[in-house]
Amino acid sequence: MAESVCSRPSNGGTILADFSQVLIDGLMNGAIYALVAAGLSLIWGVMDVINFAHGEFLMVAMYACYWLGSLLGIDPLFSWVLTGAFLFFLSAASYLLVVRRCIGRSAMAPLLATFGLSIFLKNFCLNRFTPNFRLLSGTIMEGRVLHVMGASVPLPQLVTALFSLVVLGCLYYFIKRTRIGWAIQATAMDREAAELMGIDTGRIFTLVFGFGGMCVGIAGGFMTSYLAVFPEVGALFSLIAFVVVALGGFGSIPGALLAALLIGLVESFAGFYIAPVIKYVAVFALYVVVILIRPKGLFGW
Amino acid sequence: MAEAGGAVKKTDTEGRIWLGLLAVLALLAVIPGAIGNAFHAHVLVLILLYASMAQSWNILGGYCGQISFGHSVFFGIGAYGAGMAMVRYGSAPWLGVLAGALAASAVSVLISWPCFKLRGHYFAIATFAVVEIFGRLFLVWDWIGGALGLDYPIMDDSWTHFLWSSDKTGYYTGAVALFALVFGVVRSIEGRRLGYYMRAVREGQETAESLGVNSTHVKLTAMALSAFMAALCGAFFAQYNYRVDPPMVVSLDMSMKFVLITILGGMGTFWGPLLGAAVLIPLQEYTRTYLASLGAGVDQVIYGLLIIFMMVRQPRGIMGFLAEFGILGGRSDSAGKEAGDASP
Repeated sequence: MAESVCSRPSNGGTILADFSQVLIDGLMNGAIYALVAAGLSLIWGVMDVINFAHGEFLMVAMYACYWLGSLLGIDPLFSWVLTGAFLFFLSAASYLLVVRRCIGRSAMAPLLATFGLSIFLKNFCLNRFTPNFRLLSGTIMEGRVLHVMGASVPLPQLVTALFSLVVLGCLYYFIKRTRIGWAIQATAMDREAAELMGIDTGRIFTLVFGFGGMCVGIAGGFMTSYLAVFPEVGALFSLIAFVVVALGGFGSIPGALLAALLIGLVESFAGFYIAPVIKYVAVFALYVVVILIRPKGLFGW
Repeated sequence: MAEAGGAVKKTDTEGRIWLGLLAVLALLAVIPGAIGNAFHAHVLVLILLYASMAQSWNILGGYCGQISFGHSVFFGIGAYGAGMAMVRYGSAPWLGVLAGALAASAVSVLISWPCFKLRGHYFAIATFAVVEIFGRLFLVWDWIGGALGLDYPIMDDSWTHFLWSSDKTGYYTGAVALFALVFGVVRSIEGRRLGYYMRAVREGQETAESLGVNSTHVKLTAMALSAFMAALCGAFFAQYNYRVDPPMVVSLDMSMKFVLITILGGMGTFWGPLLGAAVLIPLQEYTRTYLASLGAGVDQVIYGLLIIFMMVRQPRGIMGFLAEFGILGGRSDSAGKEAGDASP
């Protein structure tokens, strides 16, 4: 997310203004990381599978949104519905075609299979769409900036961050309050017992993979309004999502949100007050330190 | 360890594998005469290099069961050891190689001592984080050339410099030596007490500990050995490419090469790393050359599909396929049984 932090204009440079700017940048990035990580967390928590292609799903969603915008003229404000649905099916299909066939054989097989999927998706897009950066222009929110407490807040980022929180809230409600959500929780706790209770866990797994993809599809749809798309765009996001999930305790959506906000803040503060190149070192070092003290993450059980 | 009962049978298998290794080496000595083409020689050097890398990973991942995605860090330290000796100190790489390999072992022990507390996916993700930390620190460390990396000066072709610009014969001989060293060390560990301890830890850490195996000690020894050999491979890689920079050596993609080649060939088997490299590297190099007209990335698309196919079809890799078709079946089965026998 270096682009979003660096491109903001200087705003007087008072200490307070700097601080609030860094704080707001960190929180906005954190909220977006939370949405990207939520899908991963759900899949990991319910199925104990690390979806290595998660970042590439994000990239595919961003390309889909980019092409919807540039060919059909659909603004990212609306096309997230389509990219979310598209990623739901893509993700569910990759579960049915790939992941389902290697679950239970060895712990690493699903991880490596999804790694293969990520190489495939990344290079397929590289081959079809070239490695060039593509930025969608002429969107409704383009170039609009709000000024809060001396800090400038680009509207696309703000809307994406707020919308991330709304989607996370809906997901949390869905898991905690609906019958399918209960079935998902039951499957996560004990697959065999859930099956004995008449839950079709195969269907639940497909749904969970689909919802995981949907989260990242929605995130990708919105992010296209301010981030350039290129085949490698997912790599950093997927690494950060892994760290968010492991830090937050897998399967826990509130945990993922708090961990993501923490990581967003560490990233922006370390980037501003220490050095830009250090920001990810700080993020990953924080993760390693926390995980050594609490091996199940900050909020895991 | 129940050594008395299996002793006769074991020496038999062991002897066969040593003979196999000698046969492969003899074959490797003959091959260069048969191929005149420099590109084929290049592919052969890469096969030997990647087979050695995979085998060094196999000690920890295959035999000891600790899946590390952090081996590119040790690979990178080795590469920088050679690079610094050549570029900063303008000398032969040899002392730098040794220093790099020892440093890699030391770093690996320091990193993994706390990380071995973690299990499964948590260990894997912690090793990703370590790669990211080191990769980014290397980028800003000016003493070792920062983001620009180290470009080798022009030097005479010689064994002292371990550099050849005109032909691949020297590199080929070096790669065979590296291969013989790494495979020889792993083969000799496999049959020793440490090899049994490692497999016992893989099959069940608690069981092994209850029988008096110090699992932390075993895992750290495996890690240090593995990192040492990965660093040697890294040094060879730097010498072969005439340069070294951070993204070239310390990256997640490089780490995944260690893992994928081993798993494709057959994790925890002696021949798996060689088979994996012998399939994957030519596939990658030749598709890149012959399918270039289809545009960038086609070789990687095929590579990705191959990995998916392998994981879906036979997660035990090529060795698993061979066992399935009954070729080499006895040997890999008995290897599996030996591993199982080691724990009770």
